[in-house]
Amino acid sequence: MISRVILALAAQCLALSAVLMCGGCGSKGERALNVVGSTSIQPFAELLAQEYEKKNTGKQVDVQGGGSTAGLQAVANDLADVGMCSRSLKADEITRFSQVVIARDGIAIVVNKSNPMHALTLDQIREIFAGRITDWKEMGGKPGPIRPITREEGSGTRESFVHLVMGKDRISRKVLTQESNGAVKELVKGDTAAIGYMSLGLVGEELSALVINNAAPTSENVLAGTYTLSRPFLFVTDGEAKPDAQKFIDFVLSDDGQCLLEMEGLVRVR
Amino acid sequence: MKQDKVISTILFLVALSAISGLALITVFIFKEGVPIIARVGGRQFFLSSDWDPGLGHFGIFSMIIGSVAVTAGAMVIGIVFGLGLAIVLTQFAPRTIAGMLKPAIELLAGIPSVVFGFMGVVTLVPLIRTYLGGPGLSVLASSMVLGIMVLPTITSISIDALQAVPRTYWEGSVALGATRWQTTHMVLLKAARSGIVAAAILGMGRAVGETMAVIMVAGNTLEIPRSLLDPTRTLTSNIALEMAYASGDHRQALFATGVTLFVIIMLLNTVALAVSRRRSGRGGVR
Repeated sequence: MISRVILALAAQCLALSAVLMCGGCGSKGERALNVVGSTSIQPFAELLAQEYEKKNTGKQVDVQGGGSTAGLQAVANDLADVGMCSRSLKADEITRFSQVVIARDGIAIVVNKSNPMHALTLDQIREIFAGRITDWKEMGGKPGPIRPITREEGSGTRESFVHLVMGKDRISRKVLTQESNGAVKELVKGDTAAIGYMSLGLVGEELSALVINNAAPTSENVLAGTYTLSRPFLFVTDGEAKPDAQKFIDFVLSDDGQCLLEMEGLVRVR
Repeated sequence: MKQDKVISTILFLVALSAISGLALITVFIFKEGVPIIARVGGRQFFLSSDWDPGLGHFGIFSMIIGSVAVTAGAMVIGIVFGLGLAIVLTQFAPRTIAGMLKPAIELLAGIPSVVFGFMGVVTLVPLIRTYLGGPGLSVLASSMVLGIMVLPTITSISIDALQAVPRTYWEGSVALGATRWQTTHMVLLKAARSGIVAAAILGMGRAVGETMAVIMVAGNTLEIPRSLLDPTRTLTSNIALEMAYASGDHRQALFATGVTLFVIIMLLNTVALAVSRRRSGRGGVR
């Protein structure tokens, strides 16, 4: 939690200093590539930038957070070369920007290892988080209360979950709220009645991830589109990418870049 | 002489900067927070439990109740154990044991709150879940963690208050034939009453303001808790949970939550100050 606050602050400082620097340096030397947007993609982009800088001496990539929409705005106003977006583009945005999917991130629905439930439908999950199904036996499980766990307001994972699962329904006020993937994991690990959601790459061995609408939560199914609880991680540019930006995007889509993303728990697209 | 003046000026400026920091913070959170309260309406903001920033619903009633419930629980635990410790350490424990116990309790104040929270999640929460039921993350768990966290404050100030009672009171009481315990609860506790009240109120201030440990063990639901085993969300956790991404009205509403907290803590501190002033002003048994 605290680390995220610090990260957000640091991102803002960085954004400010980048603006100041650009105002000052203008034409001097080689300009750093600005990558701005989603805080969910930010940590991965930072890793990619590090690798890229190591491989191409003299090149510099500045990665900043701010949110998906802010990233798109920055690209539109020519303040950033590449925008990061962790949701699908809306209709008007698709015509405005060109996009590249750099990876996909699955969202796993997790329960305790000792929970006999192995599969649910999206409708059932929605009913659980809306507070309308409250007992495991209503879905053929071991009788007992269900304890759903959600993430805090503003979390990217929560936004995707609401978009993909809840639709127009609201998450019930009775649902427990935790402030990180780690906290959700810790809770589900210890509570046989709990159900939560988290980034697929972070599930690990200690939780069981449910089969949703007959599709197992695996990278292959995310890639094939049968496991529908997933979101794209996009790089967005204003029209055709400039050579510098294209070079970075090419690196991200190269085997090296994709391997790095896969190692960090994302689903590769190439 | 001249040196004196320079140094005193420098010290004055340093002191001033510390206070102006406080003034700036006050002005800033009020400037950010008050407009949204005005816009949403005080009644809606303070008396509704409907908090859904995405839809523009800002009601913090359940969190006010959460803060009050958790703090009240912490005070029960903190006062029973803190005052008990203070009495034992000043009246009953041999000097050597008291000399060891007091620093140990003060050491407790130096442990970071995340550590308390983590201990709560790892040990206390599973115990409550297994033996008492419910999700474990609860008002009870938060109260217990906070109760332990305020122990050092309550104990050390109560000790000071008890030690400040003139020795003659004790001697007089014992000379009249009262036992040690009778002397303690009939004379000493009465004489030190205002100091002990001040200790409790300062401890309460700490409990209301604590954030990290509470986020970890309270469960952070938006529903008003109906029992000790229900989870809850406090004012402080609400701010810390959602601050990182909040913007616009949502951010302002978090500042307004801060304003509410600020007012509550100011009130508590003012009461504490007033009570402890009365002690130093008059003191003694009536």
